[in-house]
Parts: sequence; C-alpha cells; structure tokens
Amino acid sequence: MADTIDKISIIVSKGSLDGIYPGLIMANGARAEGIETNLFFTFFGLDAIHLKRHEHIKLATVGNPGLHMATWAGGLPGVSSMMTHYMEHKMGSLDIPPIPEFVEMISDTGAGLYACKASVDLFGLEKNDFIAQLDDIITVGEFYEMAAGGQIIFT
Amino acid sequence: MTTTATTTATIGATTIELTDDGFFVDPSVWTEDMVTELARREGIEPVTDGHWNVIRFMRKEYVEKGAGPSVRALGKTSGFSVKELYQLFPKGPAKIAARVAGIPKPRGCI
Repeated sequence: MADTIDKISIIVSKGSLDGIYPGLIMANGARAEGIETNLFFTFFGLDAIHLKRHEHIKLATVGNPGLHMATWAGGLPGVSSMMTHYMEHKMGSLDIPPIPEFVEMISDTGAGLYACKASVDLFGLEKNDFIAQLDDIITVGEFYEMAAGGQIIFT
Repeated sequence: MTTTATTTATIGATTIELTDDGFFVDPSVWTEDMVTELARREGIEPVTDGHWNVIRFMRKEYVEKGAGPSVRALGKTSGFSVKELYQLFPKGPAKIAARVAGIPKPRGCI
C-alpha cells in the first residue's frame, strides 16, 4: 500500500464561487476517503458560512482571465449574475450541491468548520452571523494546533 | 485508472483477489456470507441492519448501473442521511461499503 494522507486542514480565503467550491470539493472528497478534515474560513471566504451571504455567492467576472471575456464586458450590470446562474445550472446538472447545502453536508460528514477570529473581528461579525454548523471561531494559533500532524491546503 | 497490482485475502474458505487498495478484482466471486469477515477487516464489528442495508444497496446499484454510488448519491437514494452514513462507516461510507460489498471503488467526486 502506498503512503496515505490521514489528516488535512483546508483554508478557504476567497469569497467568489470559483474561490469557494474547490476547497469544499476537496474537503468533502477527503472525508469520503476517510481522511480527518477541518475547514478554516478566513477573509472573504467567511461568506461561505455567513447566513446573509452564503446564498448569494457570485462568480468573479472581472479580473478573471479564465473566462476569456473582455474585462469591460465582465463589469457590465448583470453579467456576474448571469454567469453565476449559468455555472450553478451546470453544477446542478452534475449533482454538485449549492454552497449552503454543500457546507451543511460537509459538516454532516464529520469535518470541522472554523472561522478565523481576525477576519471575524475585522468585519465586525459574531457567532450568530454564521450558520449553525460552525464549530468555533478560532485564532491562527489555535488553527495551527488543530492542523498539527496533517497537511494544510490554502485556497 | 486500471491497477494491475493485486493482493489476495482469505475469506472463510475462499481466496479472493483484491486490488492494492482493497477492492474486489472480480465482483462476481462475492457472496453475502463474506460480509462479516470483510467488514471486520474494515474495523466494522458487529455488522448491524444499517450496515447490511447500505451494503445491499451498494451491491444492487452496482449490478443495475455498473458502478456504486458516491456518498452524495448514496445520501439521496439509500434512505440514510449523509450523517447516518458516516456514523455507520466513519472511514468513508461509499469507499468502505464498496469494499465490503465486493464492488469497485465509486469514482464520483462529490
């Protein structure tokens, strides 16, 4: 048997659709492999677990060369919403859940969900601004203690 | 991906061939009386009705569709929630249940 990964900590630092999904897919996939998993949301990544925002995550259409779209076009009113709907539709057809449902499912797999204290303070938020599945708001030091002995992935 | 490296395991009186990550090379040699021993090898003891339901469901899906479901599909169709599935199979419901059900590893990403 080849080497195994037993534990990972995934940091989600971006608040766009394309910034959040990769971390969620990696976390969910890790649990499916039986790997101990913790998710740590920091900066705009907090939007993924923010009650008022997690249903309104948008695809970045400005400054995203991967879309192969003129920058000025990405900034036109409605373009980000339209592209987000298109992406959500495509993901739905592949049975990739919407972000709120996906985060809840990941919590159900037994993964830990944590918010970065510095970011929570920066944005003037509190525990009740977040989804019920959030395990705790922790400092970066506590994050490293929790991540000890495993791999860390930054997204 | 096809793996060529295999290993063997003795389950009861039968010697079976497994892939190097523990899945049956030939799902047709699997029988229900192997389940207790296969489950024990995965750290599952005793095998409860819940385990049996998931294992039989995985087997049925494989026979009907040619592949076992991923955890998300299992959570939507097996009658067990994702939470319950992980309580039954803490080391990964789709993966461990597939090993015990004698079917190939499910390949879904979600």
